[in-house]
Amino acid sequence: MAVVFRLSSQSGVSAYLQIAKQVRTAMQLGLLQPGDQLPTVKEVVGTLAINPNTVLKAYQLLEHQGLVEGRQGQGTFVSVALPGPSPTQQASLRRSLDRWVRSAFDVGLDAEGIAAMVDDRLHEMTIEDIA
Amino acid sequence: MSATIAPALIAEDLGKRYGKRWALASCSLDVPAGSVTALVGPNGAGKTTLLHLAAGLLRPSTGRVEVLGGDPARDLGLLPRIGLVAQDMPLYRGLTVRETLRLGHKLNPRWDGAMAIERLRQLSIDLDQKVGTLSGGQRAQIALVVALGKRPELLLLDEPLAALDPLARREFMQTLMQSAADGGLTIVLSSHLIVDLERVCDHLVLVAAGRLQLADDIDALLASHKVLVGPRPTGAIAGVADVVDEARGGRQASMVVRVDGPIHDPRWMVEDVALEEVVLAYLSQAQEAASVRRPHALDVVGAVS
Repeated sequence: MAVVFRLSSQSGVSAYLQIAKQVRTAMQLGLLQPGDQLPTVKEVVGTLAINPNTVLKAYQLLEHQGLVEGRQGQGTFVSVALPGPSPTQQASLRRSLDRWVRSAFDVGLDAEGIAAMVDDRLHEMTIEDIA
Repeated sequence: MSATIAPALIAEDLGKRYGKRWALASCSLDVPAGSVTALVGPNGAGKTTLLHLAAGLLRPSTGRVEVLGGDPARDLGLLPRIGLVAQDMPLYRGLTVRETLRLGHKLNPRWDGAMAIERLRQLSIDLDQKVGTLSGGQRAQIALVVALGKRPELLLLDEPLAALDPLARREFMQTLMQSAADGGLTIVLSSHLIVDLERVCDHLVLVAAGRLQLADDIDALLASHKVLVGPRPTGAIAGVADVVDEARGGRQASMVVRVDGPIHDPRWMVEDVALEEVVLAYLSQAQEAASVRRPHALDVVGAVS
């Protein structure tokens, strides 16, 4: 199997969204490439012991997003490449983030406060993106 | 999953009385075909009675139950299509696993011996061992495989996890969910703990004190319920259809509510609800209702649309 899913019961995120996210992450990291087959529904429920409809729902979501395609009687396959930032770009992003985090510490924000602020900005900016 | 497929099980005003005591009363619900339905409620709530009525082992005192389009207590032709794994998982302890499968073959016209042997091989269960010498988890697997060997269209399991350790539970659910993935099977399984079933079920039927409290699609339930934290309400809140349960601490209240629209009132913080919170809210509401003996306010939620 190209990917192995795992589920966290603490995260509060529904199981099908966790599976869809793990596929996207694997695609971004290049672990899943166009043409690769996702684990079959039966394989996933055989390891995770979850409802098969949960897996179907995750795969349908990914298909709707145009990332994978279901082929009748064969399974579900990755249909596009989803390249993340290159290693150089990632390093540069990390450096600017480090600078920002240090300046936040300097003005007295703690780790929890930083996480809350990042969450808040992400939330707002994603909403703006959708609108 | 389509709405045009007839439900696998329909109960209408279903009731069962033992002497003066109603084990189950005025229960109306549908179990959609192909669903994995959790039947949840405290001990003595009527779960086993409902499963035994569905399996044709009991006849209703009131109302009716229709299973796979027939009456399970009268239509003998239905019985091979219904599998029941009873609470105590009855097996002949003196028989070997192989002899148990042979018995399954003799008793069931649609017996799928190849599937049964394949599943037991996957689980590394020795066919020549006596059933009585196996672990509790292995015996549960054999009871499940025998029930699946019938190739039932409706599989009823009464507290299948109660006696199993966490690893055996997981293996049991793996076998069960693989069969669900094959299609053509509706599963109803009971437990007094919803957390045991949250991952595997897409439908929930909640019973307490012999009464149906809730029957719905789990995603729909989670979408239609929220937790509100804020001041104790003095009147109706826009968007709230029903306050199911309320925990008060001084001036602040934390409520599980059923919503019928968006809640924009800034006085309350709106949070998503976990399935377990919904279940506990309805159970505590049922307990209050039983203690004041008022007519049951929730019967209307029973029918699944």
